[in-house]
Amino acid sequence: MVQTVAVIDYGSGNLHSVTKAIENAGTCRVIVTSDAPSIHAADRVVLPGVGAMGDCMQGLKDRGLDSVVLDVITTKPLMGICVGMQILAEYGEESSGVNALGVFPGQIRQFSKSMKTDAGDLLKVPHMGWNEVVQVPHPMWSGISDRTRFYFVHSYCYADAGADCVIGWCEYGPLFGAALARQNVFAVQFHPEKSHDAGIHLYSNFLSWDGAC
Amino acid sequence: MGLAKRIIPCLDVDQGRVVKGVKFEDIRDAGDPVEISRRYNREGADEITFLDITASHENRATTYETVSRMASEVFIPLTVGGGIRNTDNIRDLLLAGADKVSINTAAVFEPEFVKKAADKFGSQCIVVAIDAKQVTSDRWEIFTHGGRKSTGIDVVEWAVRMVSFGAGEILLTSMDRDGTRNGFDLGLTRSVADAVTVPVIASGGVGNLMHLVDGVLEGHAEAVLAASIFHFAQYTIGEAKETMARSGIEVRLTD
Repeated sequence: MVQTVAVIDYGSGNLHSVTKAIENAGTCRVIVTSDAPSIHAADRVVLPGVGAMGDCMQGLKDRGLDSVVLDVITTKPLMGICVGMQILAEYGEESSGVNALGVFPGQIRQFSKSMKTDAGDLLKVPHMGWNEVVQVPHPMWSGISDRTRFYFVHSYCYADAGADCVIGWCEYGPLFGAALARQNVFAVQFHPEKSHDAGIHLYSNFLSWDGAC
Repeated sequence: MGLAKRIIPCLDVDQGRVVKGVKFEDIRDAGDPVEISRRYNREGADEITFLDITASHENRATTYETVSRMASEVFIPLTVGGGIRNTDNIRDLLLAGADKVSINTAAVFEPEFVKKAADKFGSQCIVVAIDAKQVTSDRWEIFTHGGRKSTGIDVVEWAVRMVSFGAGEILLTSMDRDGTRNGFDLGLTRSVADAVTVPVIASGGVGNLMHLVDGVLEGHAEAVLAASIFHFAQYTIGEAKETMARSGIEVRLTD
């Protein structure tokens, strides 16, 4: 039977690209849904997210989906993307502070607007564009070269690049966590659906990942 | 290691066809936007910008349909601009699959619109496009209506203001250079890039690959945009990236 991937729709922007990219990555049925039973019934779950972390967290809570996320990760693989990764951390300093899901320890912090390159040039914020991700071995990287570039667009980041859950880090001013994993959960700060062949490859790996590391 | 400078091919689209004019006139048919964007995607473009240059009311449905087809098969960021007047236009384009929208004339006539758009959709998807013309040796002003009408607004001051209103990126076009193939206006590009905290995309005037290098090294642009050198297959995106890499610029090289 064809596996089902549930992309959680909680009012956080357009899910067209995510859906199309997953469909391109392998044989599967992608559903975009905010319905708890459908999410529970799916084989895999994707938690996307754009915009402000507080709005995303609120959108998830308003639909009662925060507990659904915490529940499904005990039994099946889940992939978080961008703000969908950030809300899996403990806390974000965006707005007046956001208490998040706490699947990963640590905080989401704002990039400083006074970061400079080695040559002394000011680094632009948001961090927007293609940057290299240095991998820590994990099955989700299978077939993807170390330091492959992915597409990022964000002003806040997972600050503790040395944490145990970091399986890919990136440098923009300081180092930050670009990919996190723990048990059934894999999450990335970048956008695989905007990262050309490497991004599609990552979704393809997710479709065959059993949730083990 | 670090963030790669981006190469962005631009499609000027009129009623569903890619066209490219010289100084905004003399329009020449360069093909189907979806087919062309597929080629750019294959060649390693870092993003694609789609400018709807007709953008009359009756053609918007064609634009949404084209954007949706592009977004279904091209998995790199897509910016769409042209004729954006209100937040409904933005919402419709984002739903069709655009990642960012580029606001031009509407920002000039109603600056608060940029603030409203950034608050509603996030700065990450709001690009403010600026059409600039040089008026003295160190002053550029904003022009509207395809470069025909002056507004008297200083470009650098305007860019800083737009960023404070929430613009996440500035698409800066020199109307003096657009279509001339004489290279970017580097003084203009550098003046704006050094004044704002967000990325600046240099646009207007690319005639050869060294112009792209100059835009980054001398213009301080984070990204370079070009149209005709790529449409008519004068150069591939891959050749552009090799040239930039040889000049010591970090780019995303693909297989």
